[in-house]
Amino acid sequence: MKRAPQPPGRPKVAGSPSGGRTPSRGGLRGPFRHPSFAAGAALVALLVTAALLSLVWSPYPPADIDIAGKLAPPSAAHWLGTDSLGRDIASQLLVGAQNSIVVGIVAVGIGLTFGVALGCLAAARRGWIEEAVMRAADFTFAFPALLTAIMLTAIYGPGLLTSIVAIGIFNVPVFARLARASANAVWTRDYVLAARAAGKGAFHITTDHVLPNIANVLIVQATIQFALAILAEAALSYLGLGTQPPQPSWGRMLNEAQTMLFTAPMLAVYPGVAIALAVLGLNLLGDGLRDLLDPKLSRQR
Amino acid sequence: MTNDDAGYSAALMLWFLLKRLATFAATLAAASLVVFAVLEILPGNPAEVMLGDSATPESIAALEARLGLDRPAAARYGAWIGGLLRGDSAMSYAYDTPTFELIAERLQVSLPLALLAMALTVVVALAAGVYAAAHHRRAGDAGVMVLSQLGLSIPNFWLAILLILLFAVQLQWVSAGGFPGWREDDGGGLAAGFAALLLPALSLAAVQAAILARVTRSSVLEAMREDYVRTARAKGLSRRQVLWRHVLRNAMIPVLTIMGLQFANLVTGAIVVENVFVLPGIGRLVFQAIANRDLVLVRDVIMLLAAVVVLVNFVVDVLYAVVDPRLRRTVA
Repeated sequence: MKRAPQPPGRPKVAGSPSGGRTPSRGGLRGPFRHPSFAAGAALVALLVTAALLSLVWSPYPPADIDIAGKLAPPSAAHWLGTDSLGRDIASQLLVGAQNSIVVGIVAVGIGLTFGVALGCLAAARRGWIEEAVMRAADFTFAFPALLTAIMLTAIYGPGLLTSIVAIGIFNVPVFARLARASANAVWTRDYVLAARAAGKGAFHITTDHVLPNIANVLIVQATIQFALAILAEAALSYLGLGTQPPQPSWGRMLNEAQTMLFTAPMLAVYPGVAIALAVLGLNLLGDGLRDLLDPKLSRQR
Repeated sequence: MTNDDAGYSAALMLWFLLKRLATFAATLAAASLVVFAVLEILPGNPAEVMLGDSATPESIAALEARLGLDRPAAARYGAWIGGLLRGDSAMSYAYDTPTFELIAERLQVSLPLALLAMALTVVVALAAGVYAAAHHRRAGDAGVMVLSQLGLSIPNFWLAILLILLFAVQLQWVSAGGFPGWREDDGGGLAAGFAALLLPALSLAAVQAAILARVTRSSVLEAMREDYVRTARAKGLSRRQVLWRHVLRNAMIPVLTIMGLQFANLVTGAIVVENVFVLPGIGRLVFQAIANRDLVLVRDVIMLLAAVVVLVNFVVDVLYAVVDPRLRRTVA
């Protein structure tokens, strides 16, 4: 199964290293003229602000139960109303943002760390090591995050850690393939040949030449995998395999809301909007970054 | 083409198929090893996991004997694979029924669901993608791109809930979930069955179609820039004729690849969406199996799903070579 390093789910991978191009005009203000970058950055900033704010303040403690005030409509006291246990929806949404960000950072971090290391190793060593890494990457695609999560849950029980590990494992081959393909292109460049001729070792060539040149491609992909991680965590939490109570999570809020569809339909709307906005923001940011970091690719689209 | 050329080409295709078949078998074997290692070796004592808090030394010993866990791991692995190959599956711990029987029953829901979702995906994605490419840089193109960006951002299970909200709660056209069955005498039937699968398939297809429409669009745009398109236009074919006769066939190769890669998403998406609509499919089965701590059933269902993903990738690889003979040379 030899194929271009496409991540399953989102076939918009930057295929070649960008050679370290940076947007030339306009300094800091330049990137924000790019509509999808600007919109994406705004939405992601909103997500991060919500998460950071909720660390120090939320209208109510998100897990506070108030049966007398259950299913309250939106009001000045409860901006988005309360759920079936009287918990404040707005507070749960704010604190839930933390959850999505933590899952995204850790799961993408696992993928980046192991995937890039393996991909760079494959490109530097070639031969059977490259073959083995790529076969292993192909193979890991047979186990989407949900299947891994189901297996781990069957043994260890549901939990945030299980879901993060499952999503992280799935990210490893995505970055391994991308890093290898991009690194291979760098290895054929003249300056790498020169460095090798000068006696530089494979490790230092990787750290000094390969990694800086494939960083842009990796950043774009990391943004997209971050969005996928948020989606996957929401699905796992919805199924009860992810974040456990009392920690609020958007996916589990949707699960709880589904039992109240006839009485309180809006409860099933807010958390979904939050997930969709976060994912949309990251996707737009990824699109924008790709255009800005690699003009060659954006023209091909 | 001379006979020799044809023979060479056929031999190349055969060699390619054999290599792909070997990779396919090796991947399946590796997948089975991983499933076995994770579910039977990692937990230490599976019998203890399955019995949970109620475990006593006697009940653990009894379950170990019943499941054959007192045998060495290699023997258990051999017995499992041997059984799978003979079509003679293990007994589910919770249902006391062969796992194949349980799976076969649930496939009657999951398989039609997946096929329906796939069909919807392909129809919508190809239409939208080709339309957008034909209207490149005009309003229609922008509209399709905005819609697909939205489709990419909406979780399929939330879309499923929204569809239930609209069609079951507000309009009350359909029931909020469940499956009447395919047999008329049980109150179900073909029409009722498909009606129950329509909303789940729609929520699965939306995300898939969003991705595939983008790939179709850029692939068609790419193909339209090729020299043969200019040639075809120069010899007097209309834009539409060129699109249908030349562009689409060449644009299909990347679309096919992405469809193959997407299939894993469809499988996992179906697990989630089945749970939203309370459909008695494979997705529900594996969740009940987790709730029952039925590791035997979890093992066999996961193996089946992984095998399906691997199989689809294998089929796509082969189709790929059939559509584009050049690949046999380069990929083989």
